[in-house]
Amino acid sequence: MHRRSLLRKALLVGAVLAVSTIPALAQDDPLKIGFVYVGPVGDHGWTYRHDIGRQAIEEALGEAVSTTFVESVPEGADAERVIRKLASEGHGLIFTTSFGFMNPTVKVAREFPDVKFEHATGYKQADNLSTYSARFYEGRAVIGTMAGMMTKSNVVGYVASFPIPEVVRGINAFTIAMRKVNPEAETKVVWVNSWYDPGKEADAARALIDQGADIITQHTDSPAPLQVAEERGIVGFGQASDMAAFAEKAQLTSIIDDWNDYYVERAQAVIDGSWESQDVWMGIDSGMVGFADYSEAVPNDVKEAAEVIKAGIVEGSMHPFQGPINDQSGEEIVAEGEMVDDQTLLGMNYYVEGVQGELPK
Amino acid sequence: MNETVLLTLLTVVTAATPLVYAAIGELVVERSGVLNLGVEGMLLAGAVSGFAATHASGSATLGVVAGFLAGVALAAVFAFLTLSLQSSQVATGLALTIFGVGLSALVGQSLVGVALGGLPDIAVPGLSAIPFLGPLLFEHDALVYGSFALVAGVAWFLSRTRAGLVLRAVGDSHDAAHALGYPVIRVRYLATLFGGGCAGLGGAYLSLAYTPMWAENMSAGRGWIALALVVFAVWQPGRLLLGAYLFGGIGVLQLHGQALGLAVPSQLMSMLPYLATILVLVLISRDAGRIRRNAPASIGKPFHPTV
Repeated sequence: MHRRSLLRKALLVGAVLAVSTIPALAQDDPLKIGFVYVGPVGDHGWTYRHDIGRQAIEEALGEAVSTTFVESVPEGADAERVIRKLASEGHGLIFTTSFGFMNPTVKVAREFPDVKFEHATGYKQADNLSTYSARFYEGRAVIGTMAGMMTKSNVVGYVASFPIPEVVRGINAFTIAMRKVNPEAETKVVWVNSWYDPGKEADAARALIDQGADIITQHTDSPAPLQVAEERGIVGFGQASDMAAFAEKAQLTSIIDDWNDYYVERAQAVIDGSWESQDVWMGIDSGMVGFADYSEAVPNDVKEAAEVIKAGIVEGSMHPFQGPINDQSGEEIVAEGEMVDDQTLLGMNYYVEGVQGELPK
Repeated sequence: MNETVLLTLLTVVTAATPLVYAAIGELVVERSGVLNLGVEGMLLAGAVSGFAATHASGSATLGVVAGFLAGVALAAVFAFLTLSLQSSQVATGLALTIFGVGLSALVGQSLVGVALGGLPDIAVPGLSAIPFLGPLLFEHDALVYGSFALVAGVAWFLSRTRAGLVLRAVGDSHDAAHALGYPVIRVRYLATLFGGGCAGLGGAYLSLAYTPMWAENMSAGRGWIALALVVFAVWQPGRLLLGAYLFGGIGVLQLHGQALGLAVPSQLMSMLPYLATILVLVLISRDAGRIRRNAPASIGKPFHPTV
């Protein structure tokens, strides 16, 4: 009995010591945060914006953190190796910023229960694995409204990457919003099968303009389509970051991915010990979906209309996928007053009325 | 309608030009018996150097020169390793591509997000006034005219000059050429440097004219298409020009097809250049005589002077 309580005491003291040394360690050693990027940080698009978020963490939390990143990691077996390496090197928080990193992240998260993982745009969570994504389609509803008011040819060109729900959702949100203000307008889509190929994106934009588009928008990462718009004297919208430097006259505004606040908040949560696994899908209201300044080419009434849409989305009085919504054949798929739910949005695999052509399967 | 066709064809010209540069250079390299798989790396080196020089100096001409020199510099590394140190051409070429991708990204870090005016178009007086053909053929930037001249020059050099004959001899049998007293290594050095310079020009075209900007990895695989193109052309300059416009044209036309609503799987179109190359390989290997006539017999083989 005596011996047992002694043992218990010793264990207790040990535990107290152990517990008390962890925060002490945490204070001395900065929290190591790792980032895994799918593209180069110099892409001026998707990965570039994630890296801006990484820099925001360093700026906001200073000495308390140290960050590292691995760029241009192919989605697949290599990603698992990279993520595991970061985890085993003592990183306490790891962001994996592409959809294709989902399964590798899940696998490594299982092996390192003490490391926190944050996976962008995925749908698999665990106790130490959060997912986060932005409702970029809300931004597309705003620029769709602007396009509908500003197009004269009633043909808007859309340079698209891959026919996945994320991109299809953007095309639909854009088209629905555009046709609310201009039922005559239609969207022409060209798929380039790449997130990032400036030459091909430019050629796609040229093809669209040659076939009558007088506004260009894109869901690919380089500023090349906007450059073509500038060269041909028409207008368009930037993607992921402010691309005005490439197209001073052509860029009306740009949807900006803004991960800064979220990243700082999550890093702080790990330091405070309050980090919990979650699944968030944030929009304009959170600041995750931001906008570049309007250019001079945007008339005042268009600006106002765009602001009304933004405000409506933030307040919740307006939803980009509010019925009535018709499919391409003109048949009603969402009735008046109803809304497309998140589950359907996440798996969206059809075009709405007003999009030309067939969705590649 | 006419307008649309014209604009489409103009797009084909800009899509084909970087391929013409990269491939015609590689054709000369391969004709001398050297296989340089580093075209993609040299394209990127040319692209970043061309952009950086133009950005710093404000002169597009300097940019083009810088792109050329960067390609030459990278090719010189390759030539030294494979020709002087006898390293494997395949492995060294692949390493050159990886090196070029990384180096250009490093050099270009501060250039991301910088915009440039691009190369001005030069209309040939008189000729550009011809309806349809005028704007199509005589209203381009200097590098497009340069690509036509380059192909013609290479065709003439290879088939009509003594130096071209020597180069082909070196590529066909370096031992025989060596026995005849020709400087095999020197010829291969010069050919490799020329190929690097051409790839550099192709890169400069990408970053100065095609899409006037610098972005990492902006060549997006065009170096590999250029390599396929050389085989597709069965090592003949005329066919190479045709092939470049065909490959460029397929890419552009499939985008137009989509905008028109034609349901052609774009993935299929993206792999067409490679499919076509495989097809040509199959066809020419059925006809042994044709291969013997055109393919450089000692391609990729290291040369050890025995005497």
